Amino acid sequence: MSADLNIVGRSVSRSDGIGHVTGRTVYTADRAFPGMLHLKMVRSPLHHAMIKGVDLSDAERVPGFVRALTAKDVPHNRYTILSLIGVEPEEEFVLAEERVRFKGEAIVAIVAESEEAAMEAVSRVHLDLEELPAVFDVEEALKPGAPIVTHWGNNTFMYEGHPCRRVRLGDVEKAFAQADHIVEGVYNTSPIEHAPMETTGCIAVPEANGRFTVYTNTQALYFSLDNTSIILQLPGNRLHFVGGTVGGGFGGKVDVIVEPIATLAAMKTGRPVRYTYSRSEEMQVSSTRSAWRIYMKDGVTRDGHIIARQVTSYADSGAYSRQTPYALTKHAANAAGPYAIPNVSIDAYCVYTNRQPTSAMRGFGVTMASFALEVQMDKIAEAVGVDPWTIRFINAYHNGDMKPHRKLAEDATLIETMQAAAALVGHELPAELRAMTSAPRGDGQDGGR
Amino acid sequence: MASTIVTFELGGREVEVMVRPMTTLQSVLRNQLGATATKEGCRQGGCGGCTVLVDGEPMMSCLLPVEDVAGRRVTTLESLTPAEGLHPIQQAFLDTNAFQCGYCTPGMVMVAKALLDRDPAPSADDIAQALTGNLCRCTGYQPIIRAVQVAAETLGVSERGPAR
Repeated sequence: MSADLNIVGRSVSRSDGIGHVTGRTVYTADRAFPGMLHLKMVRSPLHHAMIKGVDLSDAERVPGFVRALTAKDVPHNRYTILSLIGVEPEEEFVLAEERVRFKGEAIVAIVAESEEAAMEAVSRVHLDLEELPAVFDVEEALKPGAPIVTHWGNNTFMYEGHPCRRVRLGDVEKAFAQADHIVEGVYNTSPIEHAPMETTGCIAVPEANGRFTVYTNTQALYFSLDNTSIILQLPGNRLHFVGGTVGGGFGGKVDVIVEPIATLAAMKTGRPVRYTYSRSEEMQVSSTRSAWRIYMKDGVTRDGHIIARQVTSYADSGAYSRQTPYALTKHAANAAGPYAIPNVSIDAYCVYTNRQPTSAMRGFGVTMASFALEVQMDKIAEAVGVDPWTIRFINAYHNGDMKPHRKLAEDATLIETMQAAAALVGHELPAELRAMTSAPRGDGQDGGR
Repeated sequence: MASTIVTFELGGREVEVMVRPMTTLQSVLRNQLGATATKEGCRQGGCGGCTVLVDGEPMMSCLLPVEDVAGRRVTTLESLTPAEGLHPIQQAFLDTNAFQCGYCTPGMVMVAKALLDRDPAPSADDIAQALTGNLCRCTGYQPIIRAVQVAAETLGVSERGPAR
């Protein structure tokens, strides 16, 4: 057995390496099947509108047109990706019904003999839309009288009856009154497109045994299978999902966007159907990372200890929430950072607007918390007049500290990591910081605080 | 407009395809000839994943009407790959782990081939300059530049014979 344990410290070739350097790795986009049809979407040109009419008559005359699919063709058209982990309500439409809520929202799927014919037919679908006022800013969306994006009457995702994800520890107001410094900051981040090199796509193939084989570049194979099963009201055993090498994902391929409708098109036509995003769809329609606005207020003692932190965060979910409610939960759990703060109050809002939907991206809401709170740490250091290293050491978690969301710190390594980082960049730490460890407090560390 | 017949050389063999006007070389390679090593990332000349060599020069096949390569010599990653083993550039990419998802790799290798044919000992800046049209969204540019340097060393050594 010990003969096999010889990998650590050695460079090992990746199993897919030869495929990558020879171009023999088969990505979803590289597959083709005899008789394969192509699916393209008719999308809303407006950010927010009522759908008054859809005229397919010109499109149907395009040579190569096979059929169109609208909302009424989809067995369970309103869904939510996270229903699999109990998230409610179902709120996104596979194909729009009555109303479109973002520019690029899918309204009609066109299936044709070639990609060119599908595109031609898409361009000949005439939409009768009545434009509605739209909202593009998280705080504007929460004001009275703002255009309402959702079907339940306000623009927030509801967390167990509350309009935000809340974390509470101690009493921040009392601690602010005792603080020597109050440090406030507002932090804004932009939406970011994952922009994978291979665009989102799949091919659904009807099999002789009544099953559908779906070749997909999803990052979430079984998530996609289960949601397709719900949307098409098909038993899961009639769906066979085949993943493989994903040509870049970064969180952008965890939404269930192409598989259900491609599989439905394969059911309705009895032929393989490819549905792959163009580059412009990938950029303008697929989920992005949310834009965030984060307000942070800290109460700090004159020796640099943070005794209170109040955070109000807004993530712009866009028109549908997809994985963003989960990102807010992770954000709320991490907004105090790796620092021991005895009084914390966090309100994190998942806000609907008329922008393109947002979802997972590297870090899942934690990245934004880290950006805001680490800039905040530098501001605190400046306000107190200690260096940025020291402010982080003296506030760092020790094992046994209680985090704001009531988890005990068990594997704290911030102090040791910063010591190693300082050594790597050639920064000489003062002796008292070099001597610190993450060991539980009450053993003489950090004044026994 | 009527379809036309276009002939060109692909990997040392003459190929003949029937195409509608303005069909791209990328589309012909992938959809008619099944040569999918040439990737499709944007179809607008933005990513470089579809780079092939035309008479030795790197070109983005998504912007190239196939009529324009009539009578010319096209080299794709398939034609670069030996029947057994790997080309030294491929071996260098493999040895230096110069890929993550791998979707940009074919384009990177083709640009490297054109560069090293022209300049057997490019500097890191020369390599970066040659690769400016090629995106790697996993952002592994440093290992890619290193791979081209390693390939240059290997090719230089093999041209002079093995070092003693």
